[in-house]
Amino acid sequence: MGMVPRVTWFDKKTRKKIVAEAMEILEKVGVFVENDEAIELLTGAGARVDGGRVMIPSQVVEKALETAPPRILVYDRNGEVAMDLGGDRIHFNPGSAALRIFDPEINDARIPVTADVIKYARLTDALPNYAAQSTGLIPGDVPEGIADRYRVFLGLQNSVKPIVTGTFKVEAFRVMHEMLAAVSGDADTLMEKPIAIFDCCPSPPLMWSDLTCQALIDCARTGLPAELVSMPLTGATSPVTLAGAVTQHCAESLSGITIHQLARAGSPVIYGGSPACFDMRKGTTPMGAVETMMIDGAYAEIGKHLGVPTHAYMGLSDSKPVDYQAGMETAMGSIIAAVSGVNNISGPGMLDFESCQSLEKLVLDHEICGMALRLTEGIELRDDPIAMPLIEQGLEKKNFLSLPHTMKWFRKEAYFPDPVIERGTLEEWRSKGKKDASERARERVGKLLSSHEPEPLDPAVVTHMTGLMEAEAKRYGLEKLPV
Amino acid sequence: MKEHLGSCRQAIIDGDAEKSEELAKLTLEKGMPVLEVIDRGFVEGIREVGRLWEEGELFLPELVIGADAMKKAMAVLRPALESVEGGQDRLGHVVIGTIEGDIHDIGKTLVATMLAANGFEVTDLGADVPVAKFVETAAEKGADWIAISALLTTTMPGQKRVIERLEAKSLRGDVKVMVGGAPCSEEWASEIGADGYAGDAVAAVALVKGQTG
Repeated sequence: MGMVPRVTWFDKKTRKKIVAEAMEILEKVGVFVENDEAIELLTGAGARVDGGRVMIPSQVVEKALETAPPRILVYDRNGEVAMDLGGDRIHFNPGSAALRIFDPEINDARIPVTADVIKYARLTDALPNYAAQSTGLIPGDVPEGIADRYRVFLGLQNSVKPIVTGTFKVEAFRVMHEMLAAVSGDADTLMEKPIAIFDCCPSPPLMWSDLTCQALIDCARTGLPAELVSMPLTGATSPVTLAGAVTQHCAESLSGITIHQLARAGSPVIYGGSPACFDMRKGTTPMGAVETMMIDGAYAEIGKHLGVPTHAYMGLSDSKPVDYQAGMETAMGSIIAAVSGVNNISGPGMLDFESCQSLEKLVLDHEICGMALRLTEGIELRDDPIAMPLIEQGLEKKNFLSLPHTMKWFRKEAYFPDPVIERGTLEEWRSKGKKDASERARERVGKLLSSHEPEPLDPAVVTHMTGLMEAEAKRYGLEKLPV
Repeated sequence: MKEHLGSCRQAIIDGDAEKSEELAKLTLEKGMPVLEVIDRGFVEGIREVGRLWEEGELFLPELVIGADAMKKAMAVLRPALESVEGGQDRLGHVVIGTIEGDIHDIGKTLVATMLAANGFEVTDLGADVPVAKFVETAAEKGADWIAISALLTTTMPGQKRVIERLEAKSLRGDVKVMVGGAPCSEEWASEIGADGYAGDAVAAVALVKGQTG
């Protein structure tokens, strides 16, 4: 292995200072917890409730950190390792839970329907640089109350990849877990080889709602990795300084790890997040701001310092259409995430903060991910001496193209992007109709969707899941599922 | 008097809450016309703050401290306003909150702050507010407006349910409904029969003023 390019955000002393202050915040300011079971777990371990807030002593947090695993393996539907979270290993998956999909037909964002969710899952399945799929779209053609599990139902059938998801309602977890267990075989196999990651989002500053707290506890008990998504917004829901946001993020995440490990020590938990450098002009949460990415990279470094796998919402854009801004922000975030060694990078495909997904962008972003993955492999010294004999051979042959050494290494040295990235001549571009990246991506989406057939799920499992989903739909007054 | 009005206006633009409170007290002590001081002094100031913000000259923290200075002044002047002829009519009451299932707070809080800054009485129910709570509170307080924020498409239908509940309780004629939040739009507002949509805090104030003032 060559040297891996890495960026450092803080010196060791500062990392320790941030963690120490986060622990002090938990001990003296405390967290607001809306879930009774979590309060019981915390007070049972020595925390104290004062004025509705739970004050957590440092020893309790430190103990939780000792039991939280440093490495998490996530599996695909066939039981193969798809993600090896830990160290500096990076993995990409599309951004989750978009309210809208960008439709090139109308050049506008619209509410997605079942067919969009299926296309999106199949496309993710076809693109190898995505290690996992996500429940990336919230379908608008089923009752809002079942949208969370319906996404999982569709995702599991249309891609073999593990699924990054989350609950919108407390009761959804049970149904999602049953579907996942059906796919894995049973609950024990699912616990041993998890095929899903659940996002659990504290509310800034320092609050755990009943819903997310319950998801955290349910994940811990069933062994499904919980991904903490703390989201301080600088100057709005956290201190305005980047360091202040990183510290608040640390305190929120440590409280999450503590609740989680108290529910079941040793269960997998990920130090993730979706902070933003709050826009003081528009009141929005720009994910494409370089400062947002700096907070992300910095907290990931704190997560590594604490010895837990990391995650961030990076590699996405605030742009509305798939344009220059979309590519620029996505590439910047993906590369910063990669050189920060963020283990699970969620974001590709996303536009408009975190509210819109695009199939075309998913195809284009896939190439950014390919390049970022290549980047993190660094430059390897494959020969010793490095070049001299090769130059001599090249001079003799008048070129390097036909050297056996070239044949041996060219595929390993370079990442070959899909033709959506134009590397041809001007003439070629002209002859192909002068298409820009978005247009090329649109064609590529069509081709991939017609050529790629995801591995089918066992029909017995599909029947079981359909039964579950239909019962849920009926409870919400929907007689027949759109599929 | 003219100088006093100018100072009131400037205190709001500067976001100087201490100063605006002091000027409000001075208004009462000297027996100056309350309505005029509000309209031609303080309101002018907050209007200027809103304008500068819309133009991108001011940033949100400046908008918020301007609003806070306004709130301080209004807290002093409100009791006096109630005894002035024509004063009471303009004191609209707005019940505001983020709908159940939704924990997003920021946008809603900004709207509440700006409404309060413009002299409205505001009952902020916070986030994750049940449908019934909006309706009960509005009835109890005799509110003129209910402002409902939703940041998710999955929680937006709650806005519609507030209107349905108002209708079921025969309260729809008594209170107007405004919706806001990222997924909302003018079309959504008219689809569910709301009285208006506001995209930001300044627009919310304009909406409420336009229809209660």
